[in-house]
Amino acid sequence: MWIYEKKLQYPAKVGRANVKMAKYLITQYGGPDGELAASLRYLTQRYHMPTPQAKGILTDIGTEELAHLEIIATLVYKLMDRASIEEIKAADLGGYYADHDKGLYYVNGEGVPWTAAYIQSKGDPVADLHEDMAAEEKARATYEWLINLSDDPDLNDTLKFLREREIVHFQRFGETLQIVQEYLDSKKYY
Amino acid sequence: MDREQLALLKELMALEFTALEFNLYLDTHPTDQRALMEFNSVIPQLRAVKQKYQERYGPLTAEEPSSYPWQWINEPWPWEICYE
Repeated sequence: MWIYEKKLQYPAKVGRANVKMAKYLITQYGGPDGELAASLRYLTQRYHMPTPQAKGILTDIGTEELAHLEIIATLVYKLMDRASIEEIKAADLGGYYADHDKGLYYVNGEGVPWTAAYIQSKGDPVADLHEDMAAEEKARATYEWLINLSDDPDLNDTLKFLREREIVHFQRFGETLQIVQEYLDSKKYY
Repeated sequence: MDREQLALLKELMALEFTALEFNLYLDTHPTDQRALMEFNSVIPQLRAVKQKYQERYGPLTAEEPSSYPWQWINEPWPWEICYE
């Protein structure tokens, strides 16, 4: 089970409202390499992991990704919160507004809704851990492109924190893959 | 949220993050005694700050005893706080 704690993992800082940036950033909410995909990927892959380290890391990183999802939601909410209709139209978000007003919905930067096809659960721990390492690198790259798109130092501070987390997760998944491979090899030969 | 509360909240976030970072590291290095000692020394600090925060500003989870009326739903929620 999970217990909600009424705080963010890291301060979600926004220097100024910026609807265009909200449109770009929402891909980390509901896009292919976003935090929802990350969390759901790891939390569903954990059931067929063969070692305690792998079960632990997928549970804990899958949970941390939910905390990142909440940070992204907070950032998008703050970037959009006081936007006028004119600003929404200028950012070409009229289509989003017609369907959701300023409500948060799981879409990428182009408005494409989230789909489970973004993630895999192969039943094969080696295949899944490779996917997880690639997913972390893709999420890291996405944060880099978002930082390139943003000129808001407060927002970039929060985005840099999230980018760093992808690097740490990649490292932990690499260690987990090695542990799992050694375990599978030992089962095969001895 | 006043500056004092925000400062304590940020202190709590930092300690929670330190604990999580050791948590993930220990998942793949369960026999690293030094990391384990570091983790074990962070936990009492985290608990103390969490308790201090909750005594002053209200519950962080819905598993805390509440004064009247039910305190859990009090604003601000995390997305409503100005962190800058």
